[in-house]
Amino acid sequence: MDQFVHSVTLEERLCNGCTNCIKRCPTQAIRVRAGKAVIAAERCIDCGECIRLCPHRAKRAVSDPLALLGHFEYRVAIVPPGLYVQYNHQKNQNLVLGALRRVGFDEVFEEAAAAELISDATSRILATGSVARPVISSACPAVTRLIRVRFPELIDHVLPLVPPMELAARMARRRAAEKTGLAPEAIGCIALVPCPAKVTMRRAPVGSSHSALDGAVSITEIYPRLLAAMNEGGASTHLATAGAAGLAWAASGGEAACLAGVENHLVADGMENITKVLEDLEDEKYEGIDFVELRACAGGCLGGSLQLENPYIARTKLRRMQRSVPGSYNRLPGGVPTEMLWDTDLTYAPVLELGATRGERFERYNRMQTILKSLPGLDCGACGAPSCEALAEDVVRGEAAVTDCALLRCRQLEAKLRAKENAEEGSGA
Amino acid sequence: MSEPIRLQYTVPGDDFARAGEASADLKSTLKRLGLPAAAVRRIAIALYEGEINLAIHAGGGQIDVSIDDDAVEMVLSDQGPGIPDIELAMSEGFSTASAQVRSLGFGAGMGLPNMKRYTDEFAIRSTVGLGTTITMRVKVS
Repeated sequence: MDQFVHSVTLEERLCNGCTNCIKRCPTQAIRVRAGKAVIAAERCIDCGECIRLCPHRAKRAVSDPLALLGHFEYRVAIVPPGLYVQYNHQKNQNLVLGALRRVGFDEVFEEAAAAELISDATSRILATGSVARPVISSACPAVTRLIRVRFPELIDHVLPLVPPMELAARMARRRAAEKTGLAPEAIGCIALVPCPAKVTMRRAPVGSSHSALDGAVSITEIYPRLLAAMNEGGASTHLATAGAAGLAWAASGGEAACLAGVENHLVADGMENITKVLEDLEDEKYEGIDFVELRACAGGCLGGSLQLENPYIARTKLRRMQRSVPGSYNRLPGGVPTEMLWDTDLTYAPVLELGATRGERFERYNRMQTILKSLPGLDCGACGAPSCEALAEDVVRGEAAVTDCALLRCRQLEAKLRAKENAEEGSGA
Repeated sequence: MSEPIRLQYTVPGDDFARAGEASADLKSTLKRLGLPAAAVRRIAIALYEGEINLAIHAGGGQIDVSIDDDAVEMVLSDQGPGIPDIELAMSEGFSTASAQVRSLGFGAGMGLPNMKRYTDEFAIRSTVGLGTTITMRVKVS
């Protein structure tokens, strides 16, 4: 599948060409051209950072509409653990799961249940030592994509397991087919997602040749429908199939905390922080770490740009909920089944390199340094690139001109004006 | 044959917050130049060790990097106290770092041995009272 499929897009009419997004993009994928932001598809990792910080709401995630449910005879909701704590006063998962059944889903499958199995599988893989240490979690697709474009030496460290959302969809589809006897295409597995990276996971999964998901609906979209369904009331049936361990995955640190027998783990969240950690891991600056949990969003999945509740309040609610449910429900009986494993290798995508051949890259680099010396070094972003260095890079790539620099143009104009004044003074004397 | 790329870094003495900046910058440059990832990693690790040494032992120094088609060469020079016994300094676990430096997690006596281990060529010249020059090369062809 196309590795450059994305779900983060620009609503052009809302973009006023400001510099907020270009400055914070972790892969420098955004430029402002002709007054509008442009996202370079090969660089974007769908982390959603730009969606979160755009003051004009011009960046959005293209998720699937809830109307998608109509395409299927039997509909299963793949429910992330963070959804429950978008609402207040949830003692356990049952109210939200019940409401999902009333808004058009025939069945619910908890990601948290799949997560509990993945914790078991991870412990087993760590025990065999088959993956290079420190082993890096593959649960956050934005992290896996970041490693793919920026950290080729860490690719061998990434845990080759599908994320809980994908495993949940695979298990749900199998069970629904067994239960209903329907053809696989009549069953729709639709994930409710907290972030654009997970929307993209469905269309262009990392580590898998295909996804078992049929759609990804944002939590922002399902939120009001569920709220209305919960307010209508209805009998509360026991639908929960995951415990405190699986629920923990919604917040940063939850995955690492669930690993039995793994004492030395590292947990980091937020794009800038995880980038720093990956740099240091690549340089072998830490010793004795067995497992690394990284999440692109601050606070973990609760901080996803398609969630509504403040992630730190959500975390407090999650802790309270974890105390009132059993520890865990799901254990992996035997070895790690193939259903949980990647079937496609993660390969380095060298999109940040300066050119196609080494000669071209060297020549461009040297030219870049010369251009850089002529630029003011203010990194103001007015040219549309995040920094003077990025503008110099765009110039050598043939995508921009040095005169895109507003300050440089201003200085040139000033010099011309002064020269003209001097000439006039000279002739007037 | 491309024109070699030359970079220069100044490492301040005793500034632990800044030690590591040169190796981080060089690593990002080498990645953009598309040099082999494994070599880039070895270069970054070796240079980081060198930077720490310049900061801890030499009161700062200078790094000159030259990148060409075949290799990346790094020359670290300082006007520090110099090394009286190079053979001893090169042995694993030997360190003259102060207790304070060790308490920060540095000074394990692996700096010079690691620089040698991670590079293809390693040469060290030192004169007590005058300073030390280390030349490291990593093949990238």
